[in-house]
Amino acid sequence: MNAQLTVTDLAVIRGGIPVLGGVSFTLAPGRALVLRGPNGVGKTTLLRTLAGLQPALAGTISMQADAIAYSGHADGLKATLTVTENLGFWAAIYGTGGFAPVLEAMNLEALRDRLAGSLSAGQKRRLGLARLLVSGRPIWMLDEPTVSLDAASVALFAQAVRTHLAGGGAALMATHIDLGIAEAEVLDLAPFKARPSTGGGRGREFDDAFDGAFT
Amino acid sequence: MIALLLRDLRLAIRAGGGFGLGLAFFLIVTVLVPFGVGPEGDTLAKIAPGILWVGALLACLLSLDRIFALDFEDGSLDLLATAPIPLEAVVTMKAAAHWLTTGLPLVVAAPVFGVLLNLQGEGFFWLTVSLALGTPALSVIGTFGAALTVGLKRGGLLLSLLVLPLYVPTLIFGAETVRRGTEGMETGAPLMLLAGITAASIALLPFASAAAIRVNLR
Repeated sequence: MNAQLTVTDLAVIRGGIPVLGGVSFTLAPGRALVLRGPNGVGKTTLLRTLAGLQPALAGTISMQADAIAYSGHADGLKATLTVTENLGFWAAIYGTGGFAPVLEAMNLEALRDRLAGSLSAGQKRRLGLARLLVSGRPIWMLDEPTVSLDAASVALFAQAVRTHLAGGGAALMATHIDLGIAEAEVLDLAPFKARPSTGGGRGREFDDAFDGAFT
Repeated sequence: MIALLLRDLRLAIRAGGGFGLGLAFFLIVTVLVPFGVGPEGDTLAKIAPGILWVGALLACLLSLDRIFALDFEDGSLDLLATAPIPLEAVVTMKAAAHWLTTGLPLVVAAPVFGVLLNLQGEGFFWLTVSLALGTPALSVIGTFGAALTVGLKRGGLLLSLLVLPLYVPTLIFGAETVRRGTEGMETGAPLMLLAGITAASIALLPFASAAAIRVNLR
């Protein structure tokens, strides 16, 4: 599956207020793009918009259908299911089947029969990221993937991303940690911050927010 | 899709899953009513169809807010929305899992609880039939309500207010079927209307539920 992603002049809204405007970039297969920017600049909103969880205010996103594996702040784990049950569920949902190599790749072998609720924060995160590996999707969208991971797990995760890129996949991530991935480019979102519109004054702003409430 | 159904069933029977909660509530309602209205068999037999249906309906309501709230909190709902299965299928499977863990046990247990309310003769058969036909509608309509209120803090109460009025037609025709059956009258009309409500709910509401979730995930 093709991992090409082209974003042109994208504007995104959060809570009816435009946060980013005029975002354009291209993500080619085998490349990674790291989103940077201060808190609240709209990294999560941009990722959610690209993942199709919320509509864009303007601009175009072109990619193959069903190409994205999204990973947000929460891991989507069920505390009363075991590690293999959690992962097996997502493997079945994505129709990819075998997940034994993934358990090994994310160093979860020893934990396979533990309940997800009894894992530490870092272990939960590793399990959450393992879901990306079983998804079989070419474009990974990661929102702060390294939160609560120790140095060894970050290295493990960076290795998983490199393997994914080498296999023709692509990754888009919002992170402040340097993962040491040679293929990664950095996109600073601060210059794209939506400015309060000047032309129509207050009325224009109100209209945008008003439209946003219905889009 | 089946994986989602199996996961929800598994979650329901694990610790804190709430399986059996509705059934226990139903049992308590049917035990409390005779204490409240007195032990006269005639009175109980007369109100039994209505009480049993209201009890089943409230028992169904009890577990509705769990359908999406837990998945929303731990992020699974976001992930399911970006997964390859359509959201319409997700809500249908969620409703099916709710029915299997709440509605089906009620259908099986209701005749036994009917004894407590002095339900008469033919009533047992019609109670089972009407609940079997009517409870899927309760689950599907409830799933719609849960989809509307997902993400709201303490949405449970709002959910009850939204869903209970929508349960009225099911309740009327369900209880009417049992009443007519008990009195040996023709039950075809209310039973068919009950089945019609269920069929229409299953056909239409998953689309509305999926749309509501899309809006609430923004």
